[in-house]
Amino acid sequence: METLSTLAYLVSSICFILALRGLSGPDTAQRGVTYGIAGMAIAIITTLFMVESWGLIILGVLIGGTIGTVIAKKIEMTALPQLVAAFHSLVGLAAVFVAASAFYNPEAFSIGFENDIHTSSLVELSLGLAIGAITFTGSIIAFGKLQGIVSGKPVTYPSQHAINAGLGGVIIFLIVMLCATQSPFFFWALVLFSLLIGVLIIIPIGGADMPVIVSMLNSYSGWAAAGIGFTLQNNLLIITGALVGSSGAILSYIMCKAMNRSFISVILGGLGGETAGAAHDYGDRQAKIGSAEDAAFIMKNASKVIIVPGYGMAVAQAQHVVKELADTLKKEGVEVSYAIHPVAGRMPGHMNVLLAEANVPYDDVHELEDINRDFAQADVAYVIGANDITNPAAKNDTTSPIYGMPILDVERAKTVLFVKRSMGSGYAGIENPLFYADNTYMLLDDAKKMTENIVKALD
Amino acid sequence: MTTDTPNDITIKANDFAVQLETLATQAKELAIETSATMGGHEASFFLNGLTVFILACFVGYYVVWRVTPALHSPLMGVTNAISSVIIVGALVAAGPMDMSFSKFMGFLAVILASINIFGGFIVTKRMLHMFSKKKA
Repeated sequence: METLSTLAYLVSSICFILALRGLSGPDTAQRGVTYGIAGMAIAIITTLFMVESWGLIILGVLIGGTIGTVIAKKIEMTALPQLVAAFHSLVGLAAVFVAASAFYNPEAFSIGFENDIHTSSLVELSLGLAIGAITFTGSIIAFGKLQGIVSGKPVTYPSQHAINAGLGGVIIFLIVMLCATQSPFFFWALVLFSLLIGVLIIIPIGGADMPVIVSMLNSYSGWAAAGIGFTLQNNLLIITGALVGSSGAILSYIMCKAMNRSFISVILGGLGGETAGAAHDYGDRQAKIGSAEDAAFIMKNASKVIIVPGYGMAVAQAQHVVKELADTLKKEGVEVSYAIHPVAGRMPGHMNVLLAEANVPYDDVHELEDINRDFAQADVAYVIGANDITNPAAKNDTTSPIYGMPILDVERAKTVLFVKRSMGSGYAGIENPLFYADNTYMLLDDAKKMTENIVKALD
Repeated sequence: MTTDTPNDITIKANDFAVQLETLATQAKELAIETSATMGGHEASFFLNGLTVFILACFVGYYVVWRVTPALHSPLMGVTNAISSVIIVGALVAAGPMDMSFSKFMGFLAVILASINIFGGFIVTKRMLHMFSKKKA
């Protein structure tokens, strides 16, 4: 029986690897997800044969399955980052519950007996527990920030890093004590402090850094699963945890690189609160304010338009009307493409999903390195709800906090049409000299309304 | 060298057998002792698990770098869904016959992991459906 289940788990692990492999292209991605579902089904069915009673399990799956299905079917695509953060928190909490269960009934997991759990199992268990708890509260805070319940501005206070480091020390101490004494007191103290540090490491992080944080929490949820896998001596959990953990870590790395920031500096947080960088005086320079009619006229006479979407497009839910604009322009014979910066939006690939939702052809959407050269030949760059990722200060102002960050070279286009609610600075609180450039027209309105008006003016 | 009678040989063989038996018992005792001090199965599983873990990290590394950036959101959806494989632990926890605090914790974990499994896969399917429908 054990041989059989081990083999089944192996099949399941392979399914998960194939699931990730499938995502290398849109054609194979659907099949990848099918592999993932198959792998999960095999894992669950195999485990069911090894337990005594199914009553509560079936009830639990029914409750959870219904909730999950309803949420996933109803959620707006613009709310995707929040949803993913919320889902991560559930994995974290589940890890905490499994660890608690194993601690109180180690026999069921064959890791020893009550008050006599094998030390190595206890170490693994406490690691899984701590990471799970941190993932839980960290994701809750990230969810709150993305949903707008918690302020997106970084929360900082004196000696923040010292306090966090101290708490980290406390956690290590508690793990040692838990392993030495096996006392429930230290178990719950470890839960409590891990929950606390989960909150504290996410609150100082600003909204613009959220793509990194969402990826990082994704990674944590994997490590938590791997930790529990070590406790249960289950290779499937270890493999899957490692896959998810390294996937999240790679995404965090890609996001950090796209912002030219080190992972450490993101984790330490704080960017976006203070007015960062040297204060530039643009007082004598007037930004040119354009209207929807001006924009329509310019675009109609263009031969090549590049659309640069950002988080503002997601907030305004403007993706559908942007597609309408692109279609109208294409009918006029204008060449239209889209340029996506890796950190546009609030999670990796956020803009791609929104554009896909609006039925924008996959081949019209280009990543930064593929399209950046084309701006020089473009007549119009239509920047909608993006700011920092187009800020030329990143290239030529060494005092700018975003100096060195790869940006989309929109300023090379003949005309830049910049849709923005007001003349305020971006999420990171950094002035954008692009607003005052001679070839820039500021279109001051809600992203969706402005685009609608342009479409109307084009007709 | 004197010739041994068949009788002598039998006696010698018997002696050997007795010696071997003692040795075997000693070896057995030693093995039990070592496994007790080393944690035996425990320690060997940890090394096995660590091997699997590190290799899986490498597999993850190479597979994930091949994921096209346009599909990074679905990637998060899939990884989120499959990290709920922690449900395996939850099932074991919720599996015993008798109700206990431990079983209740398992029950809660089953609910949470199920939300994630269903939610994660469905939302990923929705995302991918958007990518595929306008390929035509």
